[in-house]
Amino acid sequence: MDIPTDTPPTPAPVQDDRPTPAEQKRAARGATRPGDRIFLGLSRGSGIALLAIMAAVAAFLAYRTSVALADNTGNFFTTFEWDPAGISSDGKPVFGIAVLVFGTIVSSIIALVIAVPVAVGIALFISHYAPRQLAAPIAYVIDLLAAVPSIVYGLWGAIVVAPNLTGLYSWLDDYFGWTGIFEYQGGAPRSLMTVGILLAIMILPIITNVSREVFLQVPKFNEEAALALGATRWEVIRMAVLPFGRSGIISASMLGLGRALGETIAVATVLSPSFVINASVLDYGGGTFAQNIASKFSEADEYGRDALIASGLVLFIITLLVNGAARLIIARRKEYSGANA
Amino acid sequence: MSITTTKPTGTPGGKPAPSDLRAARLPRWSPYVIALGSLAVGCGIGLAAGLDSRLQWGLIAALLFVGVSYILSATVEGGRQAKDRLATSVVWVMFLLAVVPLASLIWETVERGSKVFDGYFLTHSMGVVADDEAGGGIYHAIIGTLQQVGLACLIAVPIGLLTAIYLVEYGRGKLAKAVTFFVDVMTGIPSIVAGLFVLSFWILILGFDFSGWAGAMALSILMMPVVVRSTEEMLKLVPNELREASLALGVPKWRTILKVVLPTAIGGITTGVMLAIARIAGETAPVLLLVWTTPLINTNPFDGAQGSLPLYIYQQYQSGNQAGYDRAWAAALALIGFIMILNLVARGIARWKAPKTGR
Amino acid sequence: MAKRIDVSGLNAYYGSHKAIEDISMTVEPRSVTAFIGPSGCGKSTFLRTLNRMHEVTPGGRVEGKVMLDGDDLYGSGVDPVNVRRTIGMVFQRPNPFPTMSIFDNVAAGLRLNGSYKKSELNDVVEKSLKGANLWNEVKDRLNKPGSGLSGGQQQRLCIARAIAVEPQVLLMDEPCSALDPISTLAIEDLIGELKERFTIVIVTHNMQQAARVSDRTAFFNLAAVGQPGKLIEIDDTERIFSNPSVQATEDYISGRFG
Repeated sequence: MDIPTDTPPTPAPVQDDRPTPAEQKRAARGATRPGDRIFLGLSRGSGIALLAIMAAVAAFLAYRTSVALADNTGNFFTTFEWDPAGISSDGKPVFGIAVLVFGTIVSSIIALVIAVPVAVGIALFISHYAPRQLAAPIAYVIDLLAAVPSIVYGLWGAIVVAPNLTGLYSWLDDYFGWTGIFEYQGGAPRSLMTVGILLAIMILPIITNVSREVFLQVPKFNEEAALALGATRWEVIRMAVLPFGRSGIISASMLGLGRALGETIAVATVLSPSFVINASVLDYGGGTFAQNIASKFSEADEYGRDALIASGLVLFIITLLVNGAARLIIARRKEYSGANA
Repeated sequence: MSITTTKPTGTPGGKPAPSDLRAARLPRWSPYVIALGSLAVGCGIGLAAGLDSRLQWGLIAALLFVGVSYILSATVEGGRQAKDRLATSVVWVMFLLAVVPLASLIWETVERGSKVFDGYFLTHSMGVVADDEAGGGIYHAIIGTLQQVGLACLIAVPIGLLTAIYLVEYGRGKLAKAVTFFVDVMTGIPSIVAGLFVLSFWILILGFDFSGWAGAMALSILMMPVVVRSTEEMLKLVPNELREASLALGVPKWRTILKVVLPTAIGGITTGVMLAIARIAGETAPVLLLVWTTPLINTNPFDGAQGSLPLYIYQQYQSGNQAGYDRAWAAALALIGFIMILNLVARGIARWKAPKTGR
Repeated sequence: MAKRIDVSGLNAYYGSHKAIEDISMTVEPRSVTAFIGPSGCGKSTFLRTLNRMHEVTPGGRVEGKVMLDGDDLYGSGVDPVNVRRTIGMVFQRPNPFPTMSIFDNVAAGLRLNGSYKKSELNDVVEKSLKGANLWNEVKDRLNKPGSGLSGGQQQRLCIARAIAVEPQVLLMDEPCSALDPISTLAIEDLIGELKERFTIVIVTHNMQQAARVSDRTAFFNLAAVGQPGKLIEIDDTERIFSNPSVQATEDYISGRFG
């Protein structure tokens, strides 16, 4: 196996349930009843099942990946090609994820750059600017944005948004084309930039919601301290709200990043993929992990599917790391703010 | 305790103490007027320069609004107030930026989707319709989606509920911590990865065929963490006094949970489950990998390829002709409608069943 | 430096609920005025109307006049930011900015009002901390976070922060209710020193404290729960505690209710 399996630690199931003193008292009479034992067993079993599923996801993906990589004649990480059937090389499979890594990272970064400031702005709007009666409906509208299925975003992005972007892209090309990043040859703007814009809209709700929660947790007395010193609303936010919420914004952004990295069908619908790395984000081409799997799947044979699973494992590990880090930051923040409260 | 403080009082640097409470302010209506003005000028520039995209008009107007408010405020009210206004106008613009896509998306879906959306569309399959022909419908896809989502619920809801009960009512040690952490992480699993997992073990290793059931398994993996989290939140809201009152009557713990805790939280739990359903009903990626697809009606989710609403949209879009686009939009309208109704009902239940607090 | 406050016909609301009704009083400069009364009588609300903090609460609004040496705080064209800059406030719970150092906490108000040279800031911070009787305890750790101090020290840090901008009036909303007796004594001593320079208004639950620190005492009461609070009487502290002119005041002070 070339790739380390990311198996969650298998916990020892017996000594885990140290009850609180209050519970010990409660459980003193009830614990031996068969009903209680069965119920505890069932609920603990479900928890273990959940961990087992996570472990199984990692294990099965890793196993199929090892099958795929055994016959790959290209370097999995540096090859700029996806040809598991070996059509262009006498049946020898050649495939690698270099282009996918590039496309995934670029589109996610574009999404974050657009979404984070907007989301923080909206979160502040809801928590500190909107008239009181408006705050709840606005939060609801943002939730609706989260409820729209990604395929509908894809459809809308491909048919409505993309044609509207040509003007903006030509403008970017006129003024920033010299950087090389914003060169635009014309043609359908189904590029990583378009994908990034769409992803930004899709990850907006989660970043907004997490940041808003954090902003609403800022203790009232901290804001009042700033107000009483004669601070304007913006100065209150800068002195009391943003410093308090910084780690929350970071973890919110990472949760959003996790979503953007793994988004499949909206990207597959909007992007016009190709297996080349293009320095310009405005010209079509490129690909992402998830999009590549969805687009290549229907024509892949069994070995081709294994190859796609190998790329899926990389995506799984990346999102696992990003999400895990985000959750750890949130957890640490809770302890910190708890100690201060 | 008083050490020495002999320095003269007064603000340092000779800056005058602000004895005057008054400050020049822009009139209350100024933001509205500036907004309208910027919008007009933005459209004017857009028209004059012949910019074909409304997006650019809007962006120009937004920039104008932010800039003009700042400059006006800086000249009339001074730097600090100007910064405050800058922040306010930027935050407003950000909010509008988020509303525009949602409004556009819903508008376009309703507008374009209503073209072929009718009773015929809902009650017919694509069995005899070629890709580029008009006609056909989503009956087979609705059946597929309902069955797949239903099966996913059958797996995910019991496991999710029990896990949440374990975490809230029993869990204290390392296992509970691990479960909590991985439930959080599981929320972030890309749907395509869940699909690949079921693909690898169910189809590639165990050798079963594509089926609605395979899709349902992947959907249940996506649904579980959502159910766990929302149920957990709801169970935590149940006051401890209720549990203790029941235990004090000599009711065993498991009966206390079943008869006291769960009924108290049932409204919120239902809401959480419905929101989870709304989330997975729109998932395309796992269905694409596991259910395959068919234009025909297949009412057996355990045998062979099935249709599915999100996948139907994807395929109609991919067919690349007007008839396909029309069907895609109509199906999108049906899907959004279904999800929005679920959302509204779920929230309605949440409000109706909300635990009554003291105030 | 210190200014007089004249309040006339003041009502304050939370949404449609009237919290205080028709309050008129004069707060003398360079003196300590204490507000006492049972919980819910509106004394804290009234205090917050004196620097326009009341309107920060959602639904909060005010009718009537508050004159600061002849300037109406609620007059048209008055900027609440300037009002709060002129009338400082210390809160019930010590609330130093958790992410700022001790130095930055004290300097926070000054930094809002323009740029200062480092040496100027140093001077003001030292002077304010000395004024708050905190300098000796923290002079070696000015760059440590303010949240690391004890409760009483934090409260004195908040006082230092408030006096650093040289306000005309200092409002204190039960500043000792979260503190232990020794810290309370330190704050009370400090109030005695600060009244040389500032007009001080203090809300307190503790009648002994009012008797110890204040020159004048105002007694607030409400007719019933849900009714607006009213000013019953204001007089020299000695008189309020020995021979009040209203029966309700005497009942409250002698512990018959409240």
